[in-house]
Order: sequence, then C-alpha cells, then structure tokens
Amino acid sequence: MTTIPAVSAPSGTLAIRSENLCRYYQMGGNVIRAVDGISLEVHSGEFVALLGSSGSGKSSMLNLIAGLDRPTSGSVIVQDRDLAKLSREELAKYRLHVVGMVFQSFNLIPSMTVTENVELPLRFAEVERGQRDSLAREALERVGLKARLHHRPSELSGGEQQRAALARALINRPQLLLADEPTGNLDSHTGLEIMDMVRDFNRELGMTVIMVTHERSLAERYAKRMIFLADGKLVDDRPNEPAVGGRA
Amino acid sequence: MKLPDLTELALRNLRESLLRNSLTTVGISVGVASLVAMLSLGIGLQQMASRRLVRSGLFDTIMVSSRREMRGMGREEERSGPIPGESRILDEAARQEIERMANVSEAFPDIRFQTELRFEDKPHLTVVSALPPSAKSNDAFEGMQGSFFSSPDAPEVILQKSFAEELLGKTPPLGVAEPNVADLAKPLLGKVLVMHYNQRVPTPAAKGEADTTGGELAGAAYSVVSREQRLKIVGVSDLDPESMRGPTRAKVFLPLKLAESLHVILPVDLRESVHAGDQPVYSSISVRVKNPAQIQQVEDAIKKFGFTTFSITDASRGLRQFFGVLYAFLWIFGSLALIVASIGIVNTLVMAVLERRREIGIMKAIGASDGDVKRLFFAEAGAMGLVGGILGVAMGWVIGQVINFGTNMYLKGQSLPPEHFWAVPWWLVAFAIGFAFVVSLVSGLYPAGRAAKLDPVQALRYE
Repeated sequence: MTTIPAVSAPSGTLAIRSENLCRYYQMGGNVIRAVDGISLEVHSGEFVALLGSSGSGKSSMLNLIAGLDRPTSGSVIVQDRDLAKLSREELAKYRLHVVGMVFQSFNLIPSMTVTENVELPLRFAEVERGQRDSLAREALERVGLKARLHHRPSELSGGEQQRAALARALINRPQLLLADEPTGNLDSHTGLEIMDMVRDFNRELGMTVIMVTHERSLAERYAKRMIFLADGKLVDDRPNEPAVGGRA
Repeated sequence: MKLPDLTELALRNLRESLLRNSLTTVGISVGVASLVAMLSLGIGLQQMASRRLVRSGLFDTIMVSSRREMRGMGREEERSGPIPGESRILDEAARQEIERMANVSEAFPDIRFQTELRFEDKPHLTVVSALPPSAKSNDAFEGMQGSFFSSPDAPEVILQKSFAEELLGKTPPLGVAEPNVADLAKPLLGKVLVMHYNQRVPTPAAKGEADTTGGELAGAAYSVVSREQRLKIVGVSDLDPESMRGPTRAKVFLPLKLAESLHVILPVDLRESVHAGDQPVYSSISVRVKNPAQIQQVEDAIKKFGFTTFSITDASRGLRQFFGVLYAFLWIFGSLALIVASIGIVNTLVMAVLERRREIGIMKAIGASDGDVKRLFFAEAGAMGLVGGILGVAMGWVIGQVINFGTNMYLKGQSLPPEHFWAVPWWLVAFAIGFAFVVSLVSGLYPAGRAAKLDPVQALRYE
C-alpha cells in the first residue's frame, strides 16, 4: 500500500494550538462548561490520547478540533487556520480535506455498502468515479476488508465496521486523525487490532492522531502523549513511552 | 457534490423508503394528471371551437366593397374619406393587389345573381352564388351528400337543402320535421339543371371610348345576350355555407371559375360601365387572411386603398376572452390537487430529515457542506416531482383518451359526428412535468433547509 502517501508536515511542526479554549452549553437554567479554558499545542506526527472520565469534556474538545463545533471563546488553530473564524462552508472543506474521524459507534451509513461508505467523502470532494473506486478499494485493502467490499455494514462484525470507518477516515489523506473512543464498542482483542492500525497510520503515513478514550491502559499502550481532562479543564499533560509497543 | 452523484444518492435514498416515497410520488402524479386533464380539456375545447370558427369562414374573412357601392346610409366612415363616386373601383387589378398583400391567403370576387333555373322543365327563381375551391373546407359541407366540385370550372352545382326541397316539391309545412338530406339528395344527384342567364358582351366600339367617356352614356358599350348553361347536381348541403352573409342568401352554388367565365351581367355592371372593357368589376370581394389574429391589421391596410371593409372580429375576440377565463378556472382547480400533493412532499421529506438525522450528522462529520446536504434533499424532492410529473402526464393522457372514447361512443349513439375535443399538445406535456418539478423543489425548500442547518454534534449524539 505504498500509493497512499505520507500526509503530514515534517514531524515537529505545530499541528494544533488551542488558546484558552472554552465551550459552554446552556442546559435549562444551568451553564455547562464542557471545555473551560484549555490551552495546548500538538505537533505534527504526534499520537495524543485525551483521557478523562465521562463528562470531563474530552469529546467536546475533540469536536472543537474536528470543526464540528465552534468555541464559545478562545481559539483553536489547526495548521494556521483559526477554526473559529472559518465560515460554515470553509469548515466543511476543512473537515473534508484535513480531518479524518472515527467514532465509538462506527457511524457508517447503513443503506450503503462498505465501498460506498468509504468513497462518500470523495463524492463530496468531487473526485471522478473511476478514481474513487480505485482509492476506496485501496483503502479497504489497507484495512484488510478486501473481501467485504459490497457488504452492508449490518453484515459486518463490529471490528470490520470500525475498519471500514478507518478506511473512510483515510480516504481523503487527512493530516489529522481524530478518534472518539474507537474501541469502545469492541471486544479487547478486536480493539487492539484497530489500535494497531491507527498506530500504523501514525507511523507510516505520518498522520497526527488524537484519540479520546477513558481506558488508560489503551492510552499507555499506544499514545506518545497523554492529556488528562476533568470538568473541562486540563489537569495533566505528560509524555508516554509505550513500554511494550502494542502487539506489533 | 456533482450532479450525477447527487442524483444517484437521491435515488438511492428514495429507494430506501420505497413505500412512503412511492405514495408521495403517486400523490404528485394524481395532481399532475388532474392538471393535465383539466388543461387539455380546455385546449381541446378551444381548438374545437376555433376549428369550427375557421371552417365557418366567418372569422378569417374580410368583405371588401367599393365605396361607390355606398348608398349614403350616413355612417361615419361613409362621410369621411373620398366621395364615393370618385373613390377607387373594385376591379380585377385591385383584387390582385389585395391578394398579394402579406397575411392574405386569397381574395375572390363575390359573384351573386338572381336567375332562373329549370329542373324537369319547371322554372325556379333563386339566388346563385360562386364558391372558391377553398370553400371545400367550410364546415357547411361536412354533412353534405354527394361531393364538392370536381374542378374550379366544372359545369356542376351544389344545392342548398331548402332549394332541393323546392325542386322536389317537398317543402314541408311549418312545424313538420324536415326531410333527411340523404333522402333529398338521392333523386337529385347526377341530374341536370339548366340555368338561364344574361351574358354581358362588350361591343368592340366601346373599348376605345372606355376611358374618355363616363356616366350612364357608356351603358351602350356592351350588349346583353341571353344564354343557357347546363349544370350537373353534384351535392346537396344541409347547411348554408354563407350563413350570416346578409339578406341575399344563395341557395345554389357554382364553382368560382365557371361563374367568372359566364360573364353574367351583375348589378354593378350597370353602374360601373366605364370599365366595362377588359377588366371585370366586382361589387364586393371576400378576402381570407391566413390567421384570424391578423384580421384587423389586414383590414386597416385594405381601408387605405379606399375600400369599405367588414369583418366579424369582435366575436373571436370575445371567444378568446371566454377561453382565457375558462383556462384560469381549469388552471386553479387543476393546480389544487398538485398543491395538496406538494404538502405530501414536505411531509415526507420532513419525516426523512428526522429519520436521517444521524446520517446527515455523519455526512457533515466526514466533510459534507450545508450545501451538499441541502442539494441532496432538493434532488430527492426534484426526483419525486419529475417521476410524479411523468407518471401524471401519462395518467392524464389515459384519462383523456378514455373520456374522448366514451364521449364519442355517446355521440355515435346520438348519430352525431365524432369530435376530438381532447388535446394534449407537447408544450403541455413539457409544461406539466416542469411545473411538477418546480412545485416539488419549492416543497423541498423547507425540509432541505432544516437538514442543512442540522448541528452535527447534536445529530451524532443520539444513538
């Protein structure tokens, strides 16, 4: 699979910078401070785990970086783009070309086959049909789903669905891979398979990975840096040297 | 997203909720069918009416007469302009000039005279009139027994029903049912009538004096010779092809060329004897225009020559107005069903937006713009409209054919000629499909807007 080129800027350049980033929600009469003044920097090629208990704001933080949500105040700058200042249209382009996302619940479209799901971002990017087919096939081969091209998501196991989701996240060659509890719905064995792939993307393609998880062991096994959040605030940020290096 | 992709995705989404979307589409097609049915009925009726009017020859014909014919009735147009006695003479040159004008299809003289016809040695006095070959399409000859003249100068004659009755001595007393035309025609067709008439023969001496003298003196420039002409009866007509043509209703019709060649002395000859030389002079000519809409324009142009004109334009104008109002009504009632159907589209798509919240969230998360999502729902609405429109036109056409067939069966039962009063022109097909498409797109506006504005974070939160 050498045709999918490495996508990142040279390792070490600044990929993401947030400054006093806040995201508040109004819920009834209460204001929920989901993200409350987080400042951090992530460099290209890093593998960062965002850790915290549920409600700590890690998913909200990820949504802000993904451009799915807008900050209440502060800024989040991804490769020199201030996401808060982008229009809705520009934000969609950013999600399309810069970010690849995987979710806990896979989020494949049930009415489409695996191939169609994977090539959907290419449709939004207006890539020609012929090229789309070969890129989707290539991405699916990369995640080991060559035999499942024309199956629907419901005909696949959870691990296979997440692999398809990974192929879809990969298809537009994004610089940023954002994973929201990618192993949350998988058994531990399958979860590790998926994590191995994510690490491969990080190592071989040079993608910057930010993974939200509440499983500390998983973070310690794969991430190079662990950021801990609690009540919307950054409580710890420390490098991690994976002791075993996964199952590779 | 590119249009083919958009269309493909839209059709795929429509197939996913096949029953619901099919029902919505059927709703649209019923709406379109009712619109097509209504409008094509209106169009068909209008075509039928104008076909009748055109064939009656009343609404595309201008009667032109010389101002010299005026009998001083003191009307405005008679008092203005040149003095009748000095105005232009309606002769062959004038007829040709008028015939060459734009939008004029033909100009033929009105030859009409009273004379004696003998049938089985009994004399009958009647008015004879000449018909141009184009009169064949006149609807008066629709139910005619026999046939039209075999050629424009054939020694043939067509009788009006009442004259046929007279010839056979069968004129029914008032209140008694009239005999059938077919029964009248049977003993007459192929028989010969002898027409006695007075021919005008110019005396050679008159030619030289023609332009030097005037007035009644020149009356001596021709002589009158009594002649006979044998005419074969080829047709008996139920209707009067010249109905509404004034008091001198003709009951016997000759081919125009034949009538011209006979040089029957006409009342006009007595007055316009100055021109009794080479050129025939007419008391009036009929000018037919190519399109009834141009009648006013042609009439004005002929007036400039200094002739008096008469046409029945007001009736056709009134008819157009009537059909304008009829269309408006048919249009409103036809559209109602389509409007109801469009509410169905709104409902279906709003439901789809609710059901597909998550899908919309996913698409946005992986890079779909608001515009992509909006266009996708638009395409779904448009596809339903297009399919519904095509089905609806087909349905409307079938309904029309069935009603046409049924009505013609009824007309046949009443021994009336079949009538094609249902017309679906191509422009109506295109228009109905286009209209369904546009109405569907408008219906898609709100659901598509809602889908586009959906917050992806919210949409993805629900499991």
